[in-house]
Amino acid sequence: MTATITTVAAASARRTARPIPLARLVRVELRKMFDTRSGFWMLVSIGVFSVLATGAVIVFAPDSAVTYENFAAAIGLPMSVILPMIAILAVTSEWSQRSGLTTFTLAPSRGRVIGAKAIATFLVGIGSMAVAFAVGAVGNLAGSALAGVDTVWDMSLSTAPQILLGNLVGMAIGFTLGVVMRASAAAIVGYFVVSLVLPGILELLALVREWFLDLQPWIDWNYTQVKLFEGTTDTGEEWAMLGSTTAIWIVVPLAIGLLSLRRSEVK
Amino acid sequence: MITVESLTRRYGGFTAVDDVSFTARPGRVTGFLGPNGAGKSTTMRVMVGLTAPTSGSATIDGVRFADLPNPGLEVGVLLDASAQHAGRTGREILTIAADTMGLPRTRVDEMIELVSLTPAESRRRVRNYSLGMRQRLGIATALLGDPRVLILDEPANGLDPAGIRWMRDLLTDFASRGGTVLLSSHLLHEIEVIADDLVVIGNGAIVASGTKEELLAAAGTLARSTSPRDLAHALEQAGIPSTLAGDGSVRTDADPARVGSVALAAGIALTELRSAEGAGLEDMFLSLTADTQREGAAA
Repeated sequence: MTATITTVAAASARRTARPIPLARLVRVELRKMFDTRSGFWMLVSIGVFSVLATGAVIVFAPDSAVTYENFAAAIGLPMSVILPMIAILAVTSEWSQRSGLTTFTLAPSRGRVIGAKAIATFLVGIGSMAVAFAVGAVGNLAGSALAGVDTVWDMSLSTAPQILLGNLVGMAIGFTLGVVMRASAAAIVGYFVVSLVLPGILELLALVREWFLDLQPWIDWNYTQVKLFEGTTDTGEEWAMLGSTTAIWIVVPLAIGLLSLRRSEVK
Repeated sequence: MITVESLTRRYGGFTAVDDVSFTARPGRVTGFLGPNGAGKSTTMRVMVGLTAPTSGSATIDGVRFADLPNPGLEVGVLLDASAQHAGRTGREILTIAADTMGLPRTRVDEMIELVSLTPAESRRRVRNYSLGMRQRLGIATALLGDPRVLILDEPANGLDPAGIRWMRDLLTDFASRGGTVLLSSHLLHEIEVIADDLVVIGNGAIVASGTKEELLAAAGTLARSTSPRDLAHALEQAGIPSTLAGDGSVRTDADPARVGSVALAAGIALTELRSAEGAGLEDMFLSLTADTQREGAAA
């Protein structure tokens, strides 16, 4: 074993070193999302589930239902679960796996690192949705050819961006939970609480308390997300509702979480 | 150079680091000693910006770590070799670090070779690494950016004897090239062999600091003779208090020259005369931190 290390001499020149550019941090964070076994399978599962869902529509749907919208809906379901998980783990693994010790030593500005993670997360979301739309389109072509029906492109150009936005909202919720909780298990449980348990409670509340009925769309983020998935967020009021639920469930908790994250100890 | 000034860190009512000041100078290896929970790791975490100090500061050549534009190129840090994503391979962890610092990928292979991980090992996931392999990977990460300051928390932990020797040579070499090394350990022998300067911390506060020679000189003199009782008596006559240990050695706070001349005057043949360094560091460590030891006054 030899103990030769390259010279320590050229030291003082480094003071002029440039700060780490944000683009580089984003690239590194993107890589970190998929260089572990779980991350890798998460990515693979996006492709696999897209193909499986498409296959299921081709096999099980009646001929009249072989339309692009149905393919998109079938693929959208697994996406809306997997993408938020990717967003959660992008943040929490630094704490749960303790790799944050190295990450935040190499890049001490935690705000920039979290910002890079956010950008990387959204790039993955956009990329995954592009794959999903493409697989759905191929499925639609193949399905209609197999069934011997005309290929139906029944999704308007305004709907696709809304579906994309709906998935990004889901990812943002996951990301926020990750920043606030900073623990993988807690954040994943938290995600299922706010996405599965909470809507039921709010729905019930709207049923038994009439005054809440009008209020629900302003508070229930699932409600506004479903609107996006259906591509029916049209009026100014509906966009305002989306803004309201986004502020309540994403902007405010994310801001608080970021403040505490920047002060917290990394152990 | 690492400068720590009046550093204090409190957790609620508990003071983990209490008004700690010291410097680690370039060209020297500074050993950071203290019993478990004395505040070593907290101090080191504050140095690299992972923990915010309650008051005081820690700087690298006058700059706060968090203000360094690309800290990996200036300071190599190893705080906890196990703090890595268990699902990444060793090579991947180095690749990520190299990418973050903006270094060429060839640097990754150089480091893997430097720390004697085989190419096959480097492609295994860290989950399957032994502690010693994780330490080597941690050292590789620390050295990746060719820094001039090293901050290492218990780097010898889990290394085999050959690995400890290798680490010692590596750090000595690093310091001899003008680098600054701060390393904590409770492997006293390791520190004694490698360190030039010592900082001893107990209960969050510095109990001693200085060069190794200074601190160990304070440990006094050890002398042996065929008739230890006569030697102790002669010293007492000369007004030098001494203690007669069970192994037949005589210890005293006086310097060796004084003990030698007393023995000569009394006509006592000495078989050994030296500063009490041999057992020195451990004795010093235990007596300095006696109030803070979990086992009570072990010294």
